[in-house]
Amino acid sequence: MSDTSHAHQVHAAPTGFIRKYVFSLDHKIIGIQYYFLALIAVFLGMALSLIFRLRLAWPAEHWPMLAKIFPAGFEGGPMTPEFYLSMLTMHGTIMVFFVLTTAPQSGFGNYVLPIQVGAHDMAFPVLNMLSFWVTFVSMVVMVAALFVEGGAPISGWTAYAPLSALGQVAGPGQGLGQTLWIVSIAIFCLASLLGALNFITTVLNMRAKGMSLMRMPLTVWTWFTTAILALLSFPVLLAGGILLLFDRIGGTSFFIPAGLVVSDKVIQHAGGSPILWQHLFWFFGHPEVYIAILPGMGVTSQLLSTFARKPIYGYRAMVYAVFAIGLLGFFVWGHHMFLSGLSPMSALVFSMLTLTIGVPSAVKTFNWLGTLWGGKIRFTSPMLYAIGFVSLFVSGGITGIFLGQTSVDIPLHDTYFPVGHFHLIMGVAAIFGIFGGTAYWFPKMFGRMMNETLGKIHFWLTFIGVNAIFMPMHTMGIMGQPRRYAQSTEFLYLAGVQGYQVVITWAAILTAAAQLIFLVNLFWSLFKGRKASDNPWEATTLEWSIPSPPPHDNFGGKIPVVHHGPYEYGVPGAPRDFVMQADPPLKLGKA
Amino acid sequence: MARALAVLLWLITLGGIALFSGRHGWFPETISEHGPAIDAQFMRTLVVVAIAFVASQIALGWYVWRYREDREGDAVYTHGNTKLEVGIMLVVAVVFVALAALGQKVWAQLHLQDAPADAVQIEVTGQQFVWNIRYPGADGKFGRTDPKLINDQENPVGIDTKDPAAKDDVVSVNRMAIPVNKSIKVTLRAKDVTHSFFVPALRFKQDTTPGLVVPVHFKALKTGEYEIACAELCGLGHYKMKGYLMVMEDAQYEAWLKDRATN
Repeated sequence: MSDTSHAHQVHAAPTGFIRKYVFSLDHKIIGIQYYFLALIAVFLGMALSLIFRLRLAWPAEHWPMLAKIFPAGFEGGPMTPEFYLSMLTMHGTIMVFFVLTTAPQSGFGNYVLPIQVGAHDMAFPVLNMLSFWVTFVSMVVMVAALFVEGGAPISGWTAYAPLSALGQVAGPGQGLGQTLWIVSIAIFCLASLLGALNFITTVLNMRAKGMSLMRMPLTVWTWFTTAILALLSFPVLLAGGILLLFDRIGGTSFFIPAGLVVSDKVIQHAGGSPILWQHLFWFFGHPEVYIAILPGMGVTSQLLSTFARKPIYGYRAMVYAVFAIGLLGFFVWGHHMFLSGLSPMSALVFSMLTLTIGVPSAVKTFNWLGTLWGGKIRFTSPMLYAIGFVSLFVSGGITGIFLGQTSVDIPLHDTYFPVGHFHLIMGVAAIFGIFGGTAYWFPKMFGRMMNETLGKIHFWLTFIGVNAIFMPMHTMGIMGQPRRYAQSTEFLYLAGVQGYQVVITWAAILTAAAQLIFLVNLFWSLFKGRKASDNPWEATTLEWSIPSPPPHDNFGGKIPVVHHGPYEYGVPGAPRDFVMQADPPLKLGKA
Repeated sequence: MARALAVLLWLITLGGIALFSGRHGWFPETISEHGPAIDAQFMRTLVVVAIAFVASQIALGWYVWRYREDREGDAVYTHGNTKLEVGIMLVVAVVFVALAALGQKVWAQLHLQDAPADAVQIEVTGQQFVWNIRYPGADGKFGRTDPKLINDQENPVGIDTKDPAAKDDVVSVNRMAIPVNKSIKVTLRAKDVTHSFFVPALRFKQDTTPGLVVPVHFKALKTGEYEIACAELCGLGHYKMKGYLMVMEDAQYEAWLKDRATN
């Protein structure tokens, strides 16, 4: 279906500051708002990880500077184990929700998707504004959990019940901090739902004439698939969160069984099941992994094709693979629960299904390599991040083959092995997608180029750094280091692990410092960057056929007509080495 | 730039190989009957994964090295090769599914078969932050428990002494003795939050979930003392929730039990 842009559909550009930049209805401003929210979140999340890594490397050390900011976390001198756990919980939560779910999908998706399909805005601009501000409220509530009486929650980003359901009796931070955590997540679920509806409707209803589904850029396919995943998975987490809240403040027992005795106190609950929380959480939690990584896969496809000056290898297979990964992602949540007391029979089924996700993932990797093969690669900074993404996707994805097997999971489950695995793939690979997207679309978003030299230095340091942090974690996992331990020195069999903890902490400190280069580049370029042309990368998709930055309604009232596929580079006989989607049909008789 | 990046990709590949070579840390020696089967499946998986990892990273580095913009000739204009893509898909599907199927056997032995009838019975109850170990005593029956009777100092699992079967129950905190070369049937429970009973040397791990009673079984083949860790976040003392599995000769084990019973 196409949209035939009647003049009255295009909302007029607002004039006041508030309507223009704060409560904006423009998908581009909203995308930028999401992006900067995620930017604040990622630096906060990173700072929290550095704090808890200090304890892992030097458990007995005193940290007077930190103790001034968080006196309760350093009672008695060294960092307390509960403070360590609260930092870890908040790090994971902030990174998963406010960075990995927010930047790739809500940030770039909001900004780029309507332009790439040839629409003047999202389908529901008011809903779009609401979804951003609801996300903002959610983040305020989450950050507040850091500063309340009793401290932030200590039950990890997975908030397993009954630890998360029992309140203060189960440990410090499990009082108000945990309640705020649940409220924040519930609000976040609402915001994600609103966003997902908007993305899906826009893709289905707002495409320009000629923008058939199979001419959509792969970025649009991944944002679309991610929106479907969000639409189907966030309501389940929302339900779980509400039930957990009832257990905590309403006296219900959805997740708390009878006969619990905590710190010698008999708990007055009966009839619930901790496993129910795990099912609800992972029914959301596994698709969430793909919510984080799919947009990065789309960006990588777009960048590899653009800078290799070649059509994407196997476009159709790429589309099917994205859908297959999204679909299979809904049937494998049980692999997080092999050892939970889940029926061992169903573990066998979950395990087989899990390994089949390796098939579309292998297709993606093969086709990315196929895209580079025979190309004329331009090593711009966005391209470096995209190549880094492919490498990290392979390194991080492939270890899933160990963890997805029932038997091999027994020694590795809940050790540093999965920590290394998921950080490489849904953490840093996804973040390389964000870096790549930033370097690539920055000229379009702000009308200026980012500094290439700073971009390249940042890539090199970060790529080496993240490998140095997360690769050794697999070895620590094989040695049997359980995750979420405040220190590794209590067990004899972990004697060999402490050296790794120190090396990883140093690598983390240096990698974090390298992120300042990215920050400097971002803000310096915002004001001082070289002016960008409409199409600085000589790319083909619709956002590159309009000014940088685009006018308020994107296309100046003239919605383009699409004549070509999304990645027509190096077409033999064409006047230049790329054919843009809105270019008139080629005279060769082949489009 | 391109060449340096290619070399970096290959160095990362070498780094990955080194970290998985076993020279910089590995599983502790396995002492259980099923352990070698898990280790073998790990090694089979490692071979498959290593081939895919090395091939992908080397190819990525090679293309980065080879297809720079300043090379001779034009970019190849192709939209892919369906036969090749389907071929790759089929190979991967067959290899992965076969691998998964191979690994299921040891899982099935551990979890789908019951413990032998003559297995030694032990109950393990996770608690913030200790392991409570209970033996049924001479009658081979665990006595009734009641949460209301729980007292962390004197009666950590809440044994109801009015039950005749409870009279000879033996409770030990953090120290779990088992006889070598005998099937052990462990009943896993938790009294407060979720924990996970993890004995690295046994290649054994299973959550203790409040409200659930999970029966598991294993056999240790080598005497010695091995650490029991908690592998599920259970609160601030999670990192030091430590117990000891003491694998003993039969006679020694009986003597230990008798000694515990009289104390």
